This record gives sequence, structure tokens and C-alpha cells, in this order.
Amino acid sequence: MSEPKFTENSVPVLALGYRFQWEPAQDCHVLLYPEGMVKLNPAASEILKRIVEKKQTVGELITELKIAFDGADLDDDVYQFLEEAHDNDWIRAE
Amino acid sequence: MTTTGSEQSKAPGSIAGSLSMDDTSNIRQPLWLLAELTYACPLQCPYCSNPMDFANIKSELTTQEWIEVFKEARAMGATQLGLSGGEPLARPDIIELITEARNLGFYTNLITSGIGLTAEKAKAFKEAGLDHIQVSFQASSEDLNNLIAGTDAFQHKIEMAKAVKAAGYPMVLCFVTHRQNIDKIDEILDLAINLDADYVELATTQYYGWAMHNRDQLLPLKEQLVRAEAIAHEYQEKQKGNMKIYYVVPDYYEVRPKACMNGWGNVFLTITPDGTALPCHAARELPGMELPNVRDTSVSDIWNGSNDFNRFRGFDWMKEPCRSCDEKTKDFGGCRCQAYMLTGDPAVADPVCDKSPHHHLIEEAIAKGREEAAKTEEQAKPLVFRNPKNSKEICGL
Repeated sequence: MSEPKFTENSVPVLALGYRFQWEPAQDCHVLLYPEGMVKLNPAASEILKRIVEKKQTVGELITELKIAFDGADLDDDVYQFLEEAHDNDWIRAE
Repeated sequence: MTTTGSEQSKAPGSIAGSLSMDDTSNIRQPLWLLAELTYACPLQCPYCSNPMDFANIKSELTTQEWIEVFKEARAMGATQLGLSGGEPLARPDIIELITEARNLGFYTNLITSGIGLTAEKAKAFKEAGLDHIQVSFQASSEDLNNLIAGTDAFQHKIEMAKAVKAAGYPMVLCFVTHRQNIDKIDEILDLAINLDADYVELATTQYYGWAMHNRDQLLPLKEQLVRAEAIAHEYQEKQKGNMKIYYVVPDYYEVRPKACMNGWGNVFLTITPDGTALPCHAARELPGMELPNVRDTSVSDIWNGSNDFNRFRGFDWMKEPCRSCDEKTKDFGGCRCQAYMLTGDPAVADPVCDKSPHHHLIEEAIAKGREEAAKTEEQAKPLVFRNPKNSKEICGL
């Protein structure tokens, strides 16, 4: 396990060359990058949507998600996703 | 751009996982549109995958016709657009095409030699919404690069690689490797490091079109590959987190074929400069193709209903040893064009596979390359450069 890249105060941003968009034909959100595409599940889409919409800290992002999802306990899931997304080069920490 | 198959599968959690063809009754719609905008090109690379008779193809699609193709493919669900050629920058309407494609929601990839590019254009492309530029190099040194490209282009390419990065793109470089330049792989990678490249693709020459014609002079030797691979891996380690290096082994040295195009008529759609729709960019040379054209038929009808696109779709067309092979869902029997070029029958197993009764043809090609490599400069066959004059002469146009 490598050092965690994200803390409450880090700001996740989409990596250079990546684009997040809704694909009607796939019926899901996708990440597009040079010569490839990743289909996203609804949870990943909710997180990435908020990363793309505006620059905010992980803490703020989690607060927003909790409001949207009736105070669900989702901290661990968010951190886990961010680390995975970082390992896949989809996002970086500012 | 035959490397695109692996481009997709190398991505983590990518669409590659969803591409298996368990259900052949359901035709999957295209995800990749390769728009070969023009066969015009200022370079003359002898490994070009364009057809040998490209000089015979004159009537290019108009701007409006291309935009219509983009719209149709996008409506079918295609997300990736490759703007390729020839040299796509030879099209005077390139900005307009980029703008329209981006507005439609395509991820737009420009695959260029850098000739015809300027720093101003790179910026203008960014403003038009172009997502990605890949600049190809022929070698690491001016002399060899210019010899292989058949023109004086090296310094300009260096400038353009920098201009691409200055315009806010990742620097993505592609070096096509073969026997004449593969021993310089360390110099190639040093050049990429000096340029502060973000991605380097060491793309092995694939033997179609002009490259097939020049195969004896281009096919690397086994020992060259062993050395190159070791060096590539060493640089991969050293550059981790800094520059990504993709290295692909040429399929002639494999014992299982590549999953060409991720299956015929499954993901990839190529439109050639004159509007011919192909399941891959080399398929024009197969016998018995009807070559439907987007000027006469809609992209959707061609993809779903044409004989060409249904010809090698799924598994029913397969002969033995593919038909009963448990690996057929992985490699789809390999490449139809390679099977045809080597055996004369596009429906047999790709001879790269060592289960193929034709695998000896690959071994013989390798042996022939070695014989050619042992010759002195005076004895050796000269490389035939890709240009309209040679195209006309060889094809009797």
C-alpha cells in the first residue's frame, strides 16, 4: 500500500487530457482520454461530477455528497475511490 | 494507427473489459472512428500503412461530407475520433473539422507528423477544442529521421513537439520502430526525456501497405528486439511517474495473434479519404470487398447491414484451428489482412499463431529479413519510399 495521496484538505482535479461526460449510448458517465474510455459506475460519477464542477477540498466534497445522499457514511468510499483514481492517472491532488 | 487496439486495453478499468463478444446476435456499435482525412503527406515513410495504390484515390470527402460522417458515427455512440491520414494537417479545413467534432462530443485525437503545424496552429486547435495531439518521429537523429522520412523534417518536429506542450497539451510522441532504427532506442528515449515528453509510444512497424512491400528491409532481428526490450524496460523503471513509455513487441515474434481491431466490425470504423468505410484501414486490399461508401449509404447501414462489416464479425466465419479454439474470444483469430497477405485466404488463422498450419510463413519472413540484413549496402534491396510516383509505378496506375 503506497502513501495516501489525499487528505481532507487536498483538492482533487482531473488529470490533463481527461474529459468527463455523459454518454447516452452507454447510458452512463464516462472518462475520455487519449484513445480510450472508461465507463463509470454511478458512485464514481457522483464524485467525479463534483471534481469537474468546481475546485474544492476533499472535505468539502464529502460534505456535499452527504447532503445529497441523506448523510450517508461515505468518507471511506470517497477516499478509496480517490486513491484508485489517482493510481489510474485519472486525477491528481493539488 | 493499428496500435489503437492495445491503446484501449492498456487502460485500467477501460472499455476493453466490456468488449468481449459473447453475444454475436447483437451487433455492437462503433466506439472508434478513424477519419483518414487525406492521403496527401509531405513525408514518404517506407513503413506507411496506407494502401500502395493511394495515388489512385483522388476524390476526397468535402468538409460537409466529413461533418455528416462525424454526426452519424457520434449518434451511434462513437466517442473517440482519430484525425489521421496521410497528413491530416494537409486539409485546409482541419480547424473547422476539429470544431465540429468537439461540439458533437467526440474526444478528438490528431495524429500528425508535425509537418504543417505551427505554434499558432497548435494554440488555435486548443481553442477549437482539440483534445490530444500525437507527433510522430521517424528516429532520434536528424540524419536517420530525414533518411527514413524521405524529407528534411527533424528540426521542425522537435520545435512542434515543444509547441504542442506550450499550447497546454501533454506531449505524446510516437516513434515507429524497425530494423533500421531500433538499435537507437536509447537515443530515441533520451531525446524524449530531453524534450520533457509525457508519453512515448515505441510503436513497432506493422506490415501492411508500404511496410509490407518493404518488410525484408524493416523487420527487426530477434537479437535487436531482445536488446531494445531490455532498454525500454530499464527506461520505464527510471522514468516512473515522470514519462510513460509504451513498448509493443512486433507480432511476428509472438506465438499468438493480436486481437486485431478488437474484432472485425466490433469497435473500429475507418473512413478513408474518398468516403470508403472499412472495418480496419488495411481492409481495402482484401479480395471480395464491396467497399461501401458514405456518399451512397448511411454509416449506420454500412456498419450494421453491409456484407463487408458482417463478413468476419463474430465467430461463424472461422475455420480450424480457430473455430474450436478456446482462445478465439481473446484474439478473434488475429488479423484478416495479415492472414490474406501471407496465405491468400482472409478467413484462415493469422499465421502469427503457432497453431496455424501457415505459421512457417512467419518464420520464413523472419529468415528472409535476416538474409537481407546480412547483405552489404550495395547488395541490399533499397527501401521503396511512399510517394505518388512509386504508387503509380508499382500499381501500374
